[in-house]
Amino acid sequence: MTKTSLRLENATVVVNQGTPEEKTILDNVSLTLNEGDFVTVLGSNGAGKSTLFNVIAGSLMLTDGHVYLGDQDVTRLTETQRTKFLARVFQDPKLGTAPRMTVAENLLFAERRGLSRRLKWRGLTKEKLAEFATVAATMGNGLDARLHVATGDLSGGQRQALSFLMATRLRPELLLLDEHTAALDPKTSEQLMRVTDQRIREDALTALMITHHLEDAIQYGNRLIIMSAGKVSLDVAGADKAKLTVPDLLEYFNRY
Amino acid sequence: MSILVSAIGQGLLWATLGIGLFLTFRILDFPDMTVEGTFPLGAAVAVTLIANGMNPALASLIAALAGALAGLVTGLIYTKGKVPILLAGILTMTAIYSINLRVMGQANRSLLGKETLFTAPFLDFLPKNFPTVMVGLLIIIVVTGATAAFLQTELGQAFIVTGDNRAMARSLGVNTDNMTIMGLMVSNALIGLGGALVAQNNGFADVNMGIGVIVVALASIIIGEVIFTDQMTLTDRLITVVIGSVLYRFVLVIVLYLGFNANDLNLFSAVVLGLALILPQLRKYFKLDSVLRKGVASHD
Repeated sequence: MTKTSLRLENATVVVNQGTPEEKTILDNVSLTLNEGDFVTVLGSNGAGKSTLFNVIAGSLMLTDGHVYLGDQDVTRLTETQRTKFLARVFQDPKLGTAPRMTVAENLLFAERRGLSRRLKWRGLTKEKLAEFATVAATMGNGLDARLHVATGDLSGGQRQALSFLMATRLRPELLLLDEHTAALDPKTSEQLMRVTDQRIREDALTALMITHHLEDAIQYGNRLIIMSAGKVSLDVAGADKAKLTVPDLLEYFNRY
Repeated sequence: MSILVSAIGQGLLWATLGIGLFLTFRILDFPDMTVEGTFPLGAAVAVTLIANGMNPALASLIAALAGALAGLVTGLIYTKGKVPILLAGILTMTAIYSINLRVMGQANRSLLGKETLFTAPFLDFLPKNFPTVMVGLLIIIVVTGATAAFLQTELGQAFIVTGDNRAMARSLGVNTDNMTIMGLMVSNALIGLGGALVAQNNGFADVNMGIGVIVVALASIIIGEVIFTDQMTLTDRLITVVIGSVLYRFVLVIVLYLGFNANDLNLFSAVVLGLALILPQLRKYFKLDSVLRKGVASHD
């Protein structure tokens, strides 16, 4: 029996409740992710992809339904409390790192994601720096040579690579990738995507990845879902997913 | 000579404010107006307690706690009440004015004949103005050292990240509201302490002594930054604030020497700070850097 990493039960979000602008932006979504699932999420703008992520991360509370991370009901937990279980990489390179702190400081900071921050020396030792140099080198973009550079001075690609490293520094129960390569040029984007995939598989992470890149959605992950009008309209996995082609998806999008 | 020693002593005492304000202005990245109330609050509390016979060191500590309490109020109004920080600070500052009158029972209060931190018997052998320098130096070393050490802790780092990138801090599990409140409390505790020190050194507290102090504290931060433009560690930055505070006192000495009187000082403080703040733009506009560097040496 595989363990579940994430379970949404009838997750519903209604905004502007009781006004003429009332709108259901997440409509009775039930979704279960098994441990080790790497799910790509597609959907047009306004389909509910971001709402789905916000609901899982806790930056948006459910109107109705439940969210479980691991075997814990986190429906009522705040965004801050949920960071113990999940990590998130945003689309905007500016959102993921502290610009005035160095790469090494950011990495160190990420090691206590969701844990208490004590009145104790942060412990940026030589050993830590050597360890950071090794993990930064796996990103293959020269980040390891810039450990002492303020992240505000990094390129967008390096910043995103760092954000990704920070999110996986402490193993999350669930990794949320919110179009994390979308702001990068094609080459950098592809490179980060490859490293992302490699890391997720090596560490057997459970991940949800929003993307607008149909090729990426097909190429990566073992499962693919499409959101439309606040619902999961397509959910394919394994061999069925492997058979999907870009024209299939385009046709699907045109139908809905 | 004596006037320079006096300026150094004053600069060291006022540096406590600079360090305090650095925590909010530079790290949390917002201007905290509470300062203008906290400074006289620290002064009023310390002077009243000392006048009633309390040990000056203990009185100064309580003044710092009173400052922290003021910071807590501003922090709660800002984070929980969602009032813009500028307005939250002004609200607290305005309220403190009345509290200061209550604390002292009058608009000003003297410490005539009372022992203060600067008149302790073991300082007697020192010539005039040197006790201020001694005590000021000792206190600012402790304050700067403790602040620098705090910023290197896990908690301190969470505080810095909160000011640097709130979204990222939250996504890594930092309760940014709590960090903001803590920062305001520590900052205002230091400013309350500064008020207690300056009042003891001057020998009195006055309800109006807070007017313009935010400008003075900012001036020490900015002067330090304008002079030391290189990449620096946070600890170095704190030290430049102390140096900036002393230099600012020298500027005031010169202003007084030129024949202006003490009533003109707020005008000069604002002008000095204004110029220091505008300097980066002026530099860009007049290409001052390249001109200055040509005269100095090879510097990229």
